[in-house]
Amino acid sequence: MAKDSKLILDPLADNNPITIQVLGICSALAITAELEASIVMSISVLFVLGVGNVVISLMRNIIPSKIRIIVQLIVVATLVIIVDLILKAFAYELSKTLSVFVGLIITNCIIMGRFEAFALGNGPWRSFLDGIGNALGYGIILVIVGFFRELLGSGTLLGFPVLGDPIEKTGLYSFGYENNGFMLLSPMALIVVGIIIWVQRTRNKDLIED
Amino acid sequence: MEHIELFFKSIFIDNMVFATFLGMCSYLAVSKKVSTAVGLGAAVIFVLAITVPLNWLLDQYILQPGALSWLGEEYAAYDLSFLSFIMFIATIATMVQLVEIVVEKFSPSLYNSLGIFLPLIAVNCAILGGSLFMQSREIPTLGLSAVYGVGSGIGWFLAILAIAAIREKIRYSSVPPALRGLGITFIITGLMAIGFMSFGGMLTGGDEDAKSDEKTAATEVIKEDVKSDTEVKTNLDVAENLNK
Repeated sequence: MAKDSKLILDPLADNNPITIQVLGICSALAITAELEASIVMSISVLFVLGVGNVVISLMRNIIPSKIRIIVQLIVVATLVIIVDLILKAFAYELSKTLSVFVGLIITNCIIMGRFEAFALGNGPWRSFLDGIGNALGYGIILVIVGFFRELLGSGTLLGFPVLGDPIEKTGLYSFGYENNGFMLLSPMALIVVGIIIWVQRTRNKDLIED
Repeated sequence: MEHIELFFKSIFIDNMVFATFLGMCSYLAVSKKVSTAVGLGAAVIFVLAITVPLNWLLDQYILQPGALSWLGEEYAAYDLSFLSFIMFIATIATMVQLVEIVVEKFSPSLYNSLGIFLPLIAVNCAILGGSLFMQSREIPTLGLSAVYGVGSGIGWFLAILAIAAIREKIRYSSVPPALRGLGITFIITGLMAIGFMSFGGMLTGGDEDAKSDEKTAATEVIKEDVKSDTEVKTNLDVAENLNK
């Protein structure tokens, strides 16, 4: 039982898919200008990785190893099409913001990486936990990056103006505070992730590379 | 002229790595040595140059709404665009397998040094991203789609070459221990991306008026249905990205 909980808890911090395993960076950076988009992206990856890991783990004994990548791609692509159609049906504006990045979940390295490294060698239940754990670890970083970029870049969280109104000069803006529009530009995502890695490795010296 | 413009635009302004963050995984993993970076970069150019035009044909004659009308009147109503992810990725996986066989046959040393990363080109977001952007930007002709593929490939190649060269040199600098390796690579990439943003003005010479007209039109549409000014700002950013 302790081993099972480790599967979920490990990827949240010391074996985080983004900051330690270096998987799935692309989408983590491109869509984090708003917190809402980050959360939706995390949920989509949670669904695809959780279900995908179970499916691959159930099929692990019948997939010939030579064509396993193509089989994995087809499984992911099917799941992603489901996510894409659901988003288009129920959250059309958001699916436009995410644009091609929903499709790019297919090539999100986290998914292929976990299929290869875990689901091909473990049973369905453990693979499910591993999928959920890694997707949550990915989601945490996305939410942290999205939180800081939206708060500092446009002064809102999930669209609510938490820092006051920049036009009426209420709240924090009455003291002369200005939004840093630079946070909304793509390069800042890289720098925010770089800083997260810095903080994490300062706290846990074992993770430092030579 | 159109071709040259798209070529430079896809290399510099819409650079795969710095503007859209595609292919970051292999970009970070294979950029420790310049020689392997060159090999992978060349493979990416090659695969993109083949798969983008192929997927353009697929999109144009099979997947788009009404694309099947060449089969006859009764097929004109079909819309298979929901299949595009699966079709694109299947094309890419097949092409990568082909490239792997060719490289293994003609350059075993390159094959050995690329190791596990050659099959992983299939899951390199840059490749699928190239095809998906080709579809969402509605590139009009086969020639332009080939130019787009080659241009984005060269842009990716330049990016990985630059970061590999920097990482070889940075070994001699005293980076804070916790930033060593991954952390500093992220921050350098961020700084390079800021540098690449300055290419944004490269192709606006002459038609600025037309472009700013488009932008104001886009803002007006957006302004109608959003309430607070901050929301307009974020949407403006999205609109600008779309205009690109």
